[in-house]
Amino acid sequence: MQGYTDKIREIAGKLLEEGKVDVFIGYKEGSVPMVNEPVIIRESKKADLLFWDVNCSLNLCNYITKRTDNIGIVASGCNSRSIVTHIVENQIKRGQLYIVGIPCTGMIDHRAVQTAVGDKEILEFEELEGDKFKVKGEGFEKTLQNSEFLRSNCAVCTHRNPVIYDEMVAEPVEEQSDVEAYKDVEEIEAMDPDKRWEFFSSIISSCIRCYACRNACPLCYCPVCFVDESRPQWVGKSIDPTDTMTFHLLRAYHCAGRCTDCGACERVCPVGIPVRQFTKKLNKDMESLFSWEAGLSLDQRPPLDVYRPDDYNDFIR
Amino acid sequence: MGIEPGRLQFSWVSSAEAGKFVEVAREVAGEVEALGPVKRFVKGRAEVV
Repeated sequence: MQGYTDKIREIAGKLLEEGKVDVFIGYKEGSVPMVNEPVIIRESKKADLLFWDVNCSLNLCNYITKRTDNIGIVASGCNSRSIVTHIVENQIKRGQLYIVGIPCTGMIDHRAVQTAVGDKEILEFEELEGDKFKVKGEGFEKTLQNSEFLRSNCAVCTHRNPVIYDEMVAEPVEEQSDVEAYKDVEEIEAMDPDKRWEFFSSIISSCIRCYACRNACPLCYCPVCFVDESRPQWVGKSIDPTDTMTFHLLRAYHCAGRCTDCGACERVCPVGIPVRQFTKKLNKDMESLFSWEAGLSLDQRPPLDVYRPDDYNDFIR
Repeated sequence: MGIEPGRLQFSWVSSAEAGKFVEVAREVAGEVEALGPVKRFVKGRAEVV
């Protein structure tokens, strides 16, 4: 995805200059390597702050909820699907948006890279030609292949190109077709209930209830989240395993039929919980029961807010 | 998720179907009772050390 940065800067600068948008939302280089930050730009001369590489893992759709101004925004496949979900859920109007589409070849799993360099501190990161990248630190330098360090959601992604855009920064990339998207979910489904309980209890055992997964998720835009409410208090605020499990279960259910598997939740988890294991099963069910993948079309209502005579359940017909 | 089988049940009852509601409630209560005390999703009392 080399060369995208220049193109994004050029487009954003022009849009702001011409007054087509009031703000431009993109990423800028973070203060530490491999962590790009979201940035909101208001003046064309600041467009040079914008940046794109394989570390743009957060979902920018988070920043457009209920905005009233005109917005320019960069959007890869999953981000564009979240934007569609936002429009369908009346959180923003299509007319307010100028979407700069990014054909995406996947983001890098910073944890896997960290492990690959023996947990030494990475001080420099550079994207290279031929889908490779270089990491440098005190006494080491390593060149690695993107494809071997893709984030788990990017590795099984089948919507790399944006589904909605006003302008693309490059030609569309080839979509992956031979991925087994739900292999891990099938393994969990095959477990007996005791094993399954043990599995989910163990993956959340290190949860510190920081709610980073919720905060990073573009779907979590309720003015007051159920976990923050105190009257009534739906869920205890402790890290008692029951409270933690309740939080994760409900968080996942609130994403049913809406999740685009952007992986922002997993990216931001400070303790490395595979949070997507909760939402993935719901995505799989949505696909098999309702032939639904979230955020692909502006014209279709999500399965959970329509009644269809061909519903798979008998009782509702 | 691994919630004990039988403890979680779904039914569709219209507000006009009082009889059906009673029937379903009795049935579910009976089945859950037969399963005995719940083992998961139970919050113990805080331990005082």
